[in-house]
Amino acid sequence: MSTRDLAALALALVVGGCAGAGVTAGTTEGPNLGREATPAQVAGWDISVGPDGAGLPPGKGTPSAGALVYEQKCQACHGARGAGQPNDRLVGGQGTLASKAPVKTIGSYWPYATTVFDYVRRAMPYMQPQTLSNDEVYALTAYLLNLNGIIGDSDEMSAQTLPKVTMPNQSNFIVVYPPRAK
Amino acid sequence: MNESKRRFLRRSVGVLASGLAAGGVRSAGAVEPPEIPPSMKIPGAGMGEYGSPAKYESKVTRTLIRSQPGTTGSGASRTPLESLEGTITPSGLHFERHHSGVPDIDPAQHRLLVHGMVKRPLVFGVDALLRYPMVSRIHFLECSGNSQLLYQPTPPNVTAGQTHGLVSCSEWTGVPLRVLLEEAGVDRSARWILAEGADAAAMSRSIPMAKAMDDAILALFQNGERLRPENGYPVRLFLPGWEGNMSVKWLRRLKVVSAPVMTKDETSRYTDLQGDGKSLMFTYPMEVKSVITRPSHGMTLPGPGLHQISGIAWSGNGTIKKVDVSTDGGRTWAAAPLVAPVLPRALTRFRLPWRWDGAAAVLKSRATDDTGAVQPERDRFVAEHGNNAIFHFNGIQAWSVAAGGEVKHVYA
Repeated sequence: MSTRDLAALALALVVGGCAGAGVTAGTTEGPNLGREATPAQVAGWDISVGPDGAGLPPGKGTPSAGALVYEQKCQACHGARGAGQPNDRLVGGQGTLASKAPVKTIGSYWPYATTVFDYVRRAMPYMQPQTLSNDEVYALTAYLLNLNGIIGDSDEMSAQTLPKVTMPNQSNFIVVYPPRAK
Repeated sequence: MNESKRRFLRRSVGVLASGLAAGGVRSAGAVEPPEIPPSMKIPGAGMGEYGSPAKYESKVTRTLIRSQPGTTGSGASRTPLESLEGTITPSGLHFERHHSGVPDIDPAQHRLLVHGMVKRPLVFGVDALLRYPMVSRIHFLECSGNSQLLYQPTPPNVTAGQTHGLVSCSEWTGVPLRVLLEEAGVDRSARWILAEGADAAAMSRSIPMAKAMDDAILALFQNGERLRPENGYPVRLFLPGWEGNMSVKWLRRLKVVSAPVMTKDETSRYTDLQGDGKSLMFTYPMEVKSVITRPSHGMTLPGPGLHQISGIAWSGNGTIKKVDVSTDGGRTWAAAPLVAPVLPRALTRFRLPWRWDGAAAVLKSRATDDTGAVQPERDRFVAEHGNNAIFHFNGIQAWSVAAGGEVKHVYA
């Protein structure tokens, strides 16, 4: 390409016209280099779960099954029965949020039960993330909800039941985006 | 205008007009003229492939590096603001906040998936992203937990960097996110995008479509070079002015959706518990704030005379319009000159000469942005939000200067 071609190209970009040399107008059009993803590729990566349960995989688990997984894979960091220490406490704290020493746990603070499944599956155990089976994640979720008094001892968690669980603190969140017009 | 403010202004103007006073203290062992310094008597060192700071500056480091028990990468490190000048943070001193460490990602292996409510789900390699049209923008990045130590009932007595160093400022270069979204063809009813990182936390946040289409960048370069690993190499999301954790690092997935996904980090973590037990959710922009970096806690003024007050101000909602400085704990204020360039959603430097008379003083700075928002006094902020919010603290920082010159953090 000669220097004159370059100049014509730059001018075309500036005025938004077409120089007839394969130049596109404007500065925000990309070269369209994305490769179309197959459904299998998307399925392999899409691990997010919405509050309506969208994205929850097949599988199920009960609090008692979760207790066994918890003792093996979670207790060292989160304490017996989610009591905390050395890391985050997962159980209790209801009624403390307006006090001088609020205790934020799954039971006292988290607004959506689906978030427990989403987060445990993607990021826990801290040293071995994404190693738990879906049944293990459902069971752990059931165990932690049960310890917090949110579901019963024999309630089974699955893609059908988990989105129906209402968390006690959900109504105490005030959404501030988008900001209201003043 | 009252009498003391008039005096303050008169002094400041006088100082500006008279220029900087000469002087300085001779240190022991210094090579004073007319002696020739050793560096002029032998040739210096050779060239290097990648430069480092002077060895005499080795104490200028990120500080207060802490992680969750039993881990090394789930915590933060802070920019030493009190040791820096200007507005651009050296990349190696940019603050860090990781949720499960810094991943080692080979750009040749990295992929970005765009899917969900789009016409065509797409996969991009980093080489492909590097061929897209790019923009360069100078913006601050601030962790929403910055300055949280000031929620404490008593002053934490640490340096400016240790209270406020979860803010840094860089030139970010990358592809406008809108370009990739338009290539994938976003469904008209889509309102949000789930952004996810390729770290061991698979850090994820829901981003409003309006922000994604406005000024969001897929950043590939920081201060001219490719991103540092701790800042998201090889590609990160960058959302100007918004709380740092939303600018998801090591970006691997963008899922276009109709409603927020309610991830852990937008529900149980980065929400703001108020004194009444209610919590604010989706508090995105970082509010107008400023801090005096010099003099600041831990420094000692060598004696009365002319000193320069220097600090930074910023707002996630726009451009800094004004910074007022007080040396009497907020009874009187004077406008500090802002140092050009004054850019939206970027650190803005202010400097003001101060002739210290040697008496005890309390220094404060108070920033105002172009939306009219004014940085509040700490006591007012805490009265409004309580002591437990952790995030989005933007109250005024006060430094006391004792008669002996010692500078400390105070609540005043």
